[in-house]
Amino acid sequence: MEASSATVSGDRSALQRSPLHRLPDRVLRWGLTALAVLILALLVYFFIRLIGQSHLALSKFGFSFVFGNDWDVSRNIYHGAALVVGTLITSAIALLIGVPVAVATALFLIELCPRRARTPLSILVDLLAAVPSVVYGLWGVFVLGPKLIPVERWFANTFSFIPFLGGGGSSITPGNYFIAGLILAIMILPIVSAISREVLATVPPEHKEAALALGATRWEMIRMAILPYARPGITGGAMLGLGRAIGETIAVVLVIGDAPTIGHHIFDQGYSLAAVIANEFGEAANTPIHSSALFAAGLVLFVLTLIVNIIARWFVARGTRGMRAAGDITDAVDAATVGSGALQ
Amino acid sequence: MNGVTLHGISARRRRTDKVMRASLFAATLIALVPLVLIIYYLLYKGLKAWSGSFFTTDPNGNFFGNPGGVRSAIFGTLEIVGLATLIAVPIGICVALYLTEYGKDGPFASVVRYFVDVMTGVPSIVFGLFIYIVLVISHAGGTGFAAWKGSLALSLLMLPIVIRSAEVVLLLVPDSLREAALALGAPRWRVVTRVVLPTATPGLVTGSLLAISRGMGETAPLLFTVSLAFGLTGNLNAQMNSLPLQIFTDITNPRSVIVTRAWGAALTLVALVLILNLVARAVSRRSRMA
Repeated sequence: MEASSATVSGDRSALQRSPLHRLPDRVLRWGLTALAVLILALLVYFFIRLIGQSHLALSKFGFSFVFGNDWDVSRNIYHGAALVVGTLITSAIALLIGVPVAVATALFLIELCPRRARTPLSILVDLLAAVPSVVYGLWGVFVLGPKLIPVERWFANTFSFIPFLGGGGSSITPGNYFIAGLILAIMILPIVSAISREVLATVPPEHKEAALALGATRWEMIRMAILPYARPGITGGAMLGLGRAIGETIAVVLVIGDAPTIGHHIFDQGYSLAAVIANEFGEAANTPIHSSALFAAGLVLFVLTLIVNIIARWFVARGTRGMRAAGDITDAVDAATVGSGALQ
Repeated sequence: MNGVTLHGISARRRRTDKVMRASLFAATLIALVPLVLIIYYLLYKGLKAWSGSFFTTDPNGNFFGNPGGVRSAIFGTLEIVGLATLIAVPIGICVALYLTEYGKDGPFASVVRYFVDVMTGVPSIVFGLFIYIVLVISHAGGTGFAAWKGSLALSLLMLPIVIRSAEVVLLLVPDSLREAALALGAPRWRVVTRVVLPTATPGLVTGSLLAISRGMGETAPLLFTVSLAFGLTGNLNAQMNSLPLQIFTDITNPRSVIVTRAWGAALTLVALVLILNLVARAVSRRSRMA
């Protein structure tokens, strides 16, 4: 009798469920796993198709697709050094302007700002990420571009002795490398600032207290205790910002001037990888080699952002040492992606 | 007194400290300048365009006279983003469920997490190119450009945001709740559907709304997948108008009435995005999982 109460029928224990009962569990488990596999497979498939479509242009132009300087649609020659250079110059300007401001903002918000003002100010900075890129473009074309021309001319004329920065003062047009870089700087500011804030919050209070106890001023404490500790994480944040800047399309195509040549100074017109795709893909549809060249530009762009992002994640992971902080960084990236601190 | 005399902080160090603290404050103000300027110009130029007919007429493409409003663009954006949400949110939450309930810290779950992180960094134009190559060139569904293809491109972009935010929220559901349900004899799938998901719902809603607000402002993916149309249409297998693309094409138009329409449309778009952001924030604040 005791034995029969423990087993229902056959070799199955009473505490186990019948196979039929367990079915939904298995369906759920393997269904969810299959979904995750499917998404990975889809991404890989897309990537392979992109390579396939770029093949025509890459096999014809080889390395000169990236290093040659001659992008001429009318002769069907696609050597895209001007695009790569444009992407790199604008991204560099964005980092030079955006990162110091973003890190300074993060330092102020975490270390100096009165506690009550911290959240509202952080939300305002994050809101910059909520503005769509086409709106940045609109503002750049009709407000910032025209308003900055006198400043740019003055700068170029005053510092005309510095190669690359000055010169060409009177020929400056509203669309140029500098203004594209400036708009990108504004666009990457929220993500770099959000990540820097998270990294700064992980600096152990003991380090700061020790510095202050030794007689350091607040700034010396920031410079000697906080910044060295937070440097890898901030570097990672800057790299993630760089990834954004490289891939930004719509704002850049509107303000970079769209000239497929390598500019002589930062106020010259240029082009970027993403911008050329957006601008020329309509007319390219009927020319296989042209559209293949644009797909190849997309492939270069994709690989470039991939490398930058992977390096960035490595820096961020190294900089935060520990799961909790790493999780917070992910939240910060998400928040900065959508322009809201609501996730934190 | 024998021993050390303590000197105060020297005037130079004091000055450096003051200057640096002031510059950090100044940098914060500088960071806020673009936001203030953009909102100011959006209101200043955009409100001029807003009128009754702005919201009730479609753009007509006429070279002279009244260029029409943005009705079809607003509805197009809502349709495209709506379909993208129907794709991205369920799939995203399911993947997050896999990560938190089944995959946990296993090797495959780590691979998925890594790919999701990588997806966050992929430029939106690349997602547009993917869909263009796979679905537009091949005329899938009988047409080249179509609204549903744009929705797919947007959903690829929204997916990592949904997955990441959902995973964070699902991890916040206390394990004791799961254990209590399992101890009462509930099978795993009932624990997920009756305990984990309901507990996490407000957070999932917040994450989804933020992903939607992100997708709504994207232009580049739509450029390659939906293209542009003037009229209002409910046909998802046809070209469709949308706010970002309407703004993008209006910017390059030489007529000033059309540029004004771009400002009005931009104000509309930013208002929609901000409303979604505020709603998301309100939902998350009302129900902080403690």
